[in-house]
Amino acid sequence: MTIKIRYFASLKERLGRSEDTVAFEAPLTVKDAWYRANASQALPVNVLASVNMEYVDLHSIVQDNDEVAFFPPVTGG
Amino acid sequence: MTIKICPTAFDPWEEVQAYQGNLPGGSFGATTVFIGTMRDFNDGDDVTRMHLEHYPGMTEKQLEKILDKAKQQWQIIDALVIHRVGAILPNDPIVLIAVWSTHRGDAFDASRYVIEALKTTAPFWKKEVLTTAQERWVTKNTDGYNAG
Repeated sequence: MTIKIRYFASLKERLGRSEDTVAFEAPLTVKDAWYRANASQALPVNVLASVNMEYVDLHSIVQDNDEVAFFPPVTGG
Repeated sequence: MTIKICPTAFDPWEEVQAYQGNLPGGSFGATTVFIGTMRDFNDGDDVTRMHLEHYPGMTEKQLEKILDKAKQQWQIIDALVIHRVGAILPNDPIVLIAVWSTHRGDAFDASRYVIEALKTTAPFWKKEVLTTAQERWVTKNTDGYNAG
């Protein structure tokens, strides 16, 4: 099973890339997905996460082909 | 209900006029218009331009949810939300929220709800360029008051 992980704004700049693909077998949480893709980078304290463009908490379980995203607090308007 | 993500400058007044022209005349008694405009200063520094990033697809989805919730809570006839992305200059409109309803209470309350929900849940991010050429991401929104 695989998921796509996307990064936005300052987080994308800091990581130096906009997306990753992660393969997994056992059930994986959103937080696990971060560490699969960013083993040496702590998950930012105020990070927001989504799965398939809906906000989720970090303990949500991801499914095959999900699009996971991590991004900083939003500042539109 | 209409949502537009706009990569180029837009005239909010023309947008409101055109949109209202397509609504059945006599059906609405109240229209509120909120326009957010780019300032040339922020957080004590002079700002020369800004780049606005968004998450295509999720941004529209979250804005639709906000408008759906507003429609459930208040008696809205229609609403128009336009938000800029890309390169923005001081004095450019960033966001337009127009709400049409039968009475003013629903229009005012719904439009306040929509802008506040947009600011906390719609995935947009601002990056400012200062007069010193320094670039910085805006890390949080203000509470919306001058003293805040």
